[in-house]
Amino acid sequence: MTVKTEAPPVPAAMVRPPAANAKKSWTGLWFVLPFVAFYALFLVWPTFLGLYYSFTDKSLTGRAASWIGLDNWFEAFGDERAWNALWNTAEFTLYSTPPLVILSIIFALLVNRARRIGWFLRMAFFAPFVVPVSVVTMIWVWMYQPDGGLINHYLELLGLQNPDTNQIWVQGENGVAMWSVVITTVWWTLGFNFLLYLAALQTIDPAVYEASSIDGANWWQQLWRITLPLLNRTTAMVIVLQLIASLRIFDQMYIMTGGGPNRESEVAIHYIYIAGFEGFRIGYASALSYVLFVLILIISIFQFRLFSRKED
Amino acid sequence: MTAVQERSSAGETSRPTALKRRRFKKPTVGAVIVYIAAGLLGVFWLLPLVWAVSTSLKSETEASLGQDIHWIPREWSIEGYKVLFERGDHLTWMLNSTVVSTIVTVLTLVLCTLAAYGFSRFDFPAKNIVFGAIIAGLMVPGQALIIPLFDLVNALHMGGTYWGLALPQVVAPVMVFILKRFFDGIPRDYEEAAKLDGAGHFRILWNVILPVSGPIMAAVGIFTFIGSWNNFLWPMLIATDPSMMTLPVGLQAVAGGYGLFYAQTMASAVLGAAPLLIIFLIFQKRIVKGVAGVGLK
Repeated sequence: MTVKTEAPPVPAAMVRPPAANAKKSWTGLWFVLPFVAFYALFLVWPTFLGLYYSFTDKSLTGRAASWIGLDNWFEAFGDERAWNALWNTAEFTLYSTPPLVILSIIFALLVNRARRIGWFLRMAFFAPFVVPVSVVTMIWVWMYQPDGGLINHYLELLGLQNPDTNQIWVQGENGVAMWSVVITTVWWTLGFNFLLYLAALQTIDPAVYEASSIDGANWWQQLWRITLPLLNRTTAMVIVLQLIASLRIFDQMYIMTGGGPNRESEVAIHYIYIAGFEGFRIGYASALSYVLFVLILIISIFQFRLFSRKED
Repeated sequence: MTAVQERSSAGETSRPTALKRRRFKKPTVGAVIVYIAAGLLGVFWLLPLVWAVSTSLKSETEASLGQDIHWIPREWSIEGYKVLFERGDHLTWMLNSTVVSTIVTVLTLVLCTLAAYGFSRFDFPAKNIVFGAIIAGLMVPGQALIIPLFDLVNALHMGGTYWGLALPQVVAPVMVFILKRFFDGIPRDYEEAAKLDGAGHFRILWNVILPVSGPIMAAVGIFTFIGSWNNFLWPMLIATDPSMMTLPVGLQAVAGGYGLFYAQTMASAVLGAAPLLIIFLIFQKRIVKGVAGVGLK
């Protein structure tokens, strides 16, 4: 029997629902079991272990832990530093999500129009996404150097900055540190959303535009009446994925600002890290983790619904 | 044949493939503006990487902060790279990253393929409950589990080992989901034929399912590899010994140590970015398609 390398398109009627004519047997379980074992050990078990720890005073030093009930939880809700970290996380999410969604659409629209240089633009916009975070931060911290750095140099050249007062970026007060990381993050991760949009755009039938052109619609009307509505589903998914990713912010913030100045950019996972690995308080850090966990869970439910929705 | 004529008159050689659905129109002012804007934006987006390469090829004195900003080195120098190669820890970290990411990718592909095939083609007791439990895992954020996971990995005596670095990264419910959905769409006729020939389940998976699943497997593999290679928080917690660090962790550990040696810092940045950038350039089409596949379904 020859095996074809590509599955030919199948009429819907030919695709039977999975296992329609298979009897229940244990065979399938053997295929699933290895993954389930990993899953149980490294995901399910830690999830419950963390919940259990949050009710104990377990320490990283290894001394015996004892059950302390809701103490950690009460402490977490009264902990100003925890609220500050949570607020900073929300702030970062709020600042980073709109540009990462809107710019992705704009870039994808541009590339969709400029198809002859599409390969170059796809490369340029997506390349940063595959660069490790430590490299991204190395390059950006170097560009953000207050005295003689690339960014301040060009800002001065454009007359946007007084040459005598060098703008301090990654340790800048009043939210400047946060914004510096937002800008870096947009540069670094925009490529992924961009590709999602580009793929969605390329599935739109050009005939739709031709038909509306005949009806006299200009490109602005086409954008708002045809393109963006057709991208709704993609936009919903991009926003949800982006919210989840932004709430998990840690790496670049930790490396670039270290949470400074004055904890202005200390985010949730950073504080969990501090409580657990610098304060040795596993129990308390677990309770903090669960607060973040629940937040992300709420948004993930939307993601789950998007993913499980059947294609029409 | 107006399309071909117009193409020729626009100064382009006509290829047979030029006969596409849409006719070639003379570039309008709007199109020219779009091309210029898009092109400039593409170049602009690459500037940080270009600046890193440029700085890495200067001498330390030329790269230092007091100097004026210039993109083309006046005196080309590979001093920064030389120093790094003499120290050698870069290569160790790259090796560690390769080992860890390879373990993660291979295990993810094997486990998720088996599981997806099992869910797609068999009915077994409690199947829906197990599948539901795995899908629920989509909603668990890995970073919120670092504390208990750290404890678990140390209890298993895997702290500071390749296994401790790699195994917790293998659990990827989303990959099972993506692969199952793809397998569901493969028609069963081939399998029926293979079954009549007496092929077992593994044989069917290997000879019938996998050959038609190349692109999706490649996408899952490449994304797992990129994700694992660039993972930072977990390796930072587990690999505290410099000899076990992965590339992102090692680079971060020494980043402060370079002090004012910017050429050297940027050389290490360029070397750190190079492996995945090269992989990306080679597999660009696959990766782009892979993202599209994840997004559309």
